[in-house]
Amino acid sequence: MTVRADLTKIVSGRWDVADAHTLDGYLRTGGYEGLRRAIAMQPSEVVDIVTGATVQGRGGAGFPAGNKWHFLDTASFPRWIVVNGDESEPGTYKDRILMERDPHQLIEGALIAAFACKASQIFLYVRGEMAFAQERIATALNEAYAANYVGKNILGTDWSVDITLHWGAGAYIVGDETALLESLEGKRGMPRPKPPYFPAVMGLYLNPTIVNNVETLSNLPWIMVNGAEAFAAIGSEKSNGTRLIAVSGHVKNPGTYEVECGVVTFREVFYDPSLGGGIRDDNDLKAFIPGGGSAPWFFEEQLDMALDPTLVGPAGSMLGSGAIVAMDSTTDMVRACWRLVRFYAKESCGKCTPCREGTAWLETILARILAGHGRPEDLDLLLDVSDNISPGPFPGPNVTVGEPAYAPFPYKKTTICDLGPSVVSPLMSALRRFRPEFDAYIASNTRKFIGVASA
Amino acid sequence: MARLSANNLVTAQAIIARYPKPRSALVPLCHLAQEQDGYLTQDAMGHIAELVGCTPAEVYGTATFYEMFKLHPVGKYVVGVCTNISCMLTGAYELLDHCQASLGVSVGGTTADGMFTLEEVECSAACTLAPAVQVNYRYETNVTPQSFDDLVAQLRAGQRSDIPQHGVLATVRQAVTDRWADSGHTEVHS
Repeated sequence: MTVRADLTKIVSGRWDVADAHTLDGYLRTGGYEGLRRAIAMQPSEVVDIVTGATVQGRGGAGFPAGNKWHFLDTASFPRWIVVNGDESEPGTYKDRILMERDPHQLIEGALIAAFACKASQIFLYVRGEMAFAQERIATALNEAYAANYVGKNILGTDWSVDITLHWGAGAYIVGDETALLESLEGKRGMPRPKPPYFPAVMGLYLNPTIVNNVETLSNLPWIMVNGAEAFAAIGSEKSNGTRLIAVSGHVKNPGTYEVECGVVTFREVFYDPSLGGGIRDDNDLKAFIPGGGSAPWFFEEQLDMALDPTLVGPAGSMLGSGAIVAMDSTTDMVRACWRLVRFYAKESCGKCTPCREGTAWLETILARILAGHGRPEDLDLLLDVSDNISPGPFPGPNVTVGEPAYAPFPYKKTTICDLGPSVVSPLMSALRRFRPEFDAYIASNTRKFIGVASA
Repeated sequence: MARLSANNLVTAQAIIARYPKPRSALVPLCHLAQEQDGYLTQDAMGHIAELVGCTPAEVYGTATFYEMFKLHPVGKYVVGVCTNISCMLTGAYELLDHCQASLGVSVGGTTADGMFTLEEVECSAACTLAPAVQVNYRYETNVTPQSFDDLVAQLRAGQRSDIPQHGVLATVRQAVTDRWADSGHTEVHS
């Protein structure tokens, strides 16, 4: 049994405290102690502590926060901290809870990052659709300003920094850090090519900028209070601390849980009584998404794998945003695949041709298969369009049990950002493993499901 | 419809002052205009262009990129039924079918009394409480056909004061505070 009942809750420790979102509740439970410790140090010491803790980014890409900060040009000012709270990855549901239930923890984490990186201002970008999170953060921010945790001469020091709460307006692509910066500049949220637009070098207003995810920053107060070693002591050797996972789909106890990095296995996520609690109706598990809609699917062969990026990557997928979705034996895989593909088709920003055209065509072809108008050559066409977005063998586990992965993560891409290749993940996963289901649709040519426009 | 009112102009200028460059306030100001009129009017977009220093076409081109900005009048309540993967697996399409029949409109349509606009939306980040519906971006979770009908009845009867009319997003704003220095400031630490 590797699910520890006594696990230290690093970011979700206050979720059971009813008034944790207020300044009083936060201070009563040790709040802003991490900030006090940080500002008593030199910024470089704070960077060293966070680097030593190795906080892998919790947004999706998994890049360690401290290493990211080291990319900043030491002499270039002004510089900005941008908090990425534009959580919209299908299945993901953790940053919203962190913002709603513990907004001061995020504010404190962002302040620690700003102090360490000598930033002039913090921008807190919250997804537009999350009205309640915006209200909770605005309230917390107003309290924090009044109590001098934010603003001019913070806690009597000569250090000052402002936080601006910014609302998005509904666009998945803005979760990409360069697209988020475009959006924050008041433009359409289209990604910028890297190089040259690495945010740490040419970010917001082309100034050095650090973009960190909500959960990543929420770890910092605990690390400043308890130290890098205590953080590194939790989790596996290569994957430190804890992470939030949102378990949804066909499980008995869907929910957002904080688990130890690199230790807990997928089987435990789905079946442990303290986590997923088993598959709905005690059905068999048919497939699961290990890290958000963009991740290639896993199957029962991967159930005993720990949630460790060094294991999941070579097996062909990613832990991404911590969204784990179970699909039981009753699931129609053509339909599940179509629904995810449709998401990327709708959310493609239109900047890169392979993604703009490709995602739309993949959706159109899948919709016609579902609508009973599929053609025998459609499956090859799907593969061909996919190859134009993500050339070469696409990551994923092998269809043959016991064989090594088809290809390790990540994918190749002909697009600027990762939205394009993400559309291929559900498609290739379903097509490789469940091709007979596609063939059956095409052979039967009957419309089976509601909710699909006839093509 | 209207340019920003005198009161909203004061709010708009406070929002603009929070950013190093005025153009960054474009999206927040579109929210403000939508709160005022229920949707984003051409006059408001022209006014925002003046305030942030770009052309009306640039405001339009930006606003149309984002799902939440409505360029035409919508119902008092915009009902967004999530049908993405976790909600689909728990019956969102069956729920959406019910919503269409119950409201008597197709997806994208507005009821004749102007009360409801029905939308099919992407992941609303309530996956563990699926299927999820947002009404003016307020969550209703584990929605069943019966609970949806109850919700609609409550809204029609004016019993849901926790859900403001469309356009009002967060009811709490960041308070107006002067930025501690001008955007010209540079190094914080010596």
